[in-house]
Amino acid sequence: MLSLDVEHRLGDFDLAYALDSRERVTGLFGPSGAGKSTLLRLVAGLITPRRGRIEIAGRCVFDSDRGIRVPAHRRRIGYVFQQARLFPHLNVARNLRYGAWFARARPAAARFDRVVDMLDIGALLDRRVAGLSGGEAQRVAIGRALLANPAMLLLDEPLASLDAARKAEVLPYIERLSRESELPIVFVSHQLDEMLRLANRHVVALRDGRVVFSGKSAAFLARPDLLGPEHARDAGTLLRAEIRGTAAHGLSALDCEGQPLFVPRLDQAPGGRVHLHVRARDVMLARSRPEDISALNVLAGRVAAIAQDGDQAVEVTLAIGNQRLAARITRYSAERLALAEGEPLYAVIKSLALAEQAWARLGGL
Amino acid sequence: MLDAAQAEILWLSLQVALTAVACSLPLALAAAWFLARSRRRGRMVLDALVHLPLVLPPVVTGYLLLVALGRNSPLGAWLDATFGLTFAFHWTGAALAGAVMGFPLMVRPIRLSLEAIDTRVEDAAATLGASPIWVRVTVTLPLALPGIIAGMVLAFARALGEFGATITFAANIPGETRTLPLAIYSFIQVPGGEAQAAQLIAISVAVSLAALVASELIARRVKRLRGAG
Repeated sequence: MLSLDVEHRLGDFDLAYALDSRERVTGLFGPSGAGKSTLLRLVAGLITPRRGRIEIAGRCVFDSDRGIRVPAHRRRIGYVFQQARLFPHLNVARNLRYGAWFARARPAAARFDRVVDMLDIGALLDRRVAGLSGGEAQRVAIGRALLANPAMLLLDEPLASLDAARKAEVLPYIERLSRESELPIVFVSHQLDEMLRLANRHVVALRDGRVVFSGKSAAFLARPDLLGPEHARDAGTLLRAEIRGTAAHGLSALDCEGQPLFVPRLDQAPGGRVHLHVRARDVMLARSRPEDISALNVLAGRVAAIAQDGDQAVEVTLAIGNQRLAARITRYSAERLALAEGEPLYAVIKSLALAEQAWARLGGL
Repeated sequence: MLDAAQAEILWLSLQVALTAVACSLPLALAAAWFLARSRRRGRMVLDALVHLPLVLPPVVTGYLLLVALGRNSPLGAWLDATFGLTFAFHWTGAALAGAVMGFPLMVRPIRLSLEAIDTRVEDAAATLGASPIWVRVTVTLPLALPGIIAGMVLAFARALGEFGATITFAANIPGETRTLPLAIYSFIQVPGGEAQAAQLIAISVAVSLAALVASELIARRVKRLRGAG
């Protein structure tokens, strides 16, 4: 849905971005200062690259070779900024209708009501912008972008300026948006859990103004070198599982390749599919099925690959049914277990280790 | 309350001051825009030029206007021949003198309010489909409105009180260029004119106060609309 190859100069900083995402939801990940916002500004047309080509949802909006340069106001980009950037001289309803005023096809009243309902901002319509809380303002900003009838939505860390409580207030709306709408979305974050929750298909990782990774999020998670020092510990696997039902003690029972899994309760109905982010360092390995242990989850599999990782660590990849699960153990442990490819092995995962992880709720990777 | 002569003086003064404000507003907006937003070299020069009437003796400004736009100057002759526009010794001259003297006072608050605008809000408007011109009309101008009003009031007050440049450029012609300050001055010059002068002074104070109150009311309304409190 987003394809670009551009060069841009920002002060003394040379930026070169190349990526091609065909997924509807693309996650843009990287530490602060990696050039994430600059990339979005290039896509939106707020700045012009030195050379290159940008294609949004199949439409070319910039091509230096062919002399194409669609100005920002004709690109139909819904841009939600870190700060809401609402118009202070207009009330909430007028902010929401601002974009529609310029759209060639005005959205029907039903659409306005739907967006207002989805974002729960009906009670705010007559309010002035100055009186809104951070979370309310950000929801209005999302509504304003949606009602301009955009061809693509750019969410530039829309939660970054909010405290934890406000974040928890806005996140479900964005989640709903990424799950239910048909709009192509680029979601920017420097938080891995947010990223996996909202954009768990295609991930683009930026560092120092370059694209260092562009591909499936599962492949991205397996690359601690790309996750950066902040998130290197989060390297691991996305495990597909189906919800069977709720179990006692506040747990949900899941099915993963025919084997049971227990995780802290999920609010989704049975039959729903989730992706569990399993950190490689949270997985324990055993030669035989361990009994009398506190960990609730024991998955039987086979050793698919063993890779040395530095001096002390070994990364063991297990085949569990059709899926792969990475485990990171010490080299000493690997030698004691005398692991060899093809041998049966058990992976032990604490339920609570999964509690801290992000739940990626979109179906199918 | 007012006799015919006083009414004429008041009416002429208002006409001169309002014309001065109305005619200089577009230019002041353009100058303020250039000073606030442009990164081009000419900024320093324009800045100095705009502020010149503020630092020059008004008589000098009036004299320069006379030299530049008097009937004998090429520009003045051309304006007269082409548009039938004469300034010297004409009420339009008084308006022009007031406009020039009030110009720096009008530009400054507009420029400050433009500089205070978060340009990122304008970016947001662009992504919502507003072309550059529509961004100016629907976002920039409304946000700069308090500054624009303040500038207009200041320029109006300055034009209403303008004396030195007016008397030099447009002279002191009753019914034509004799505005309130010139009339007050004239009455003080003649023996027994103090009573007349005092009445005009009272009118002058009343008009100035009214302008202040009106601008305060408008500013409050703008603020209330914006909810800034």
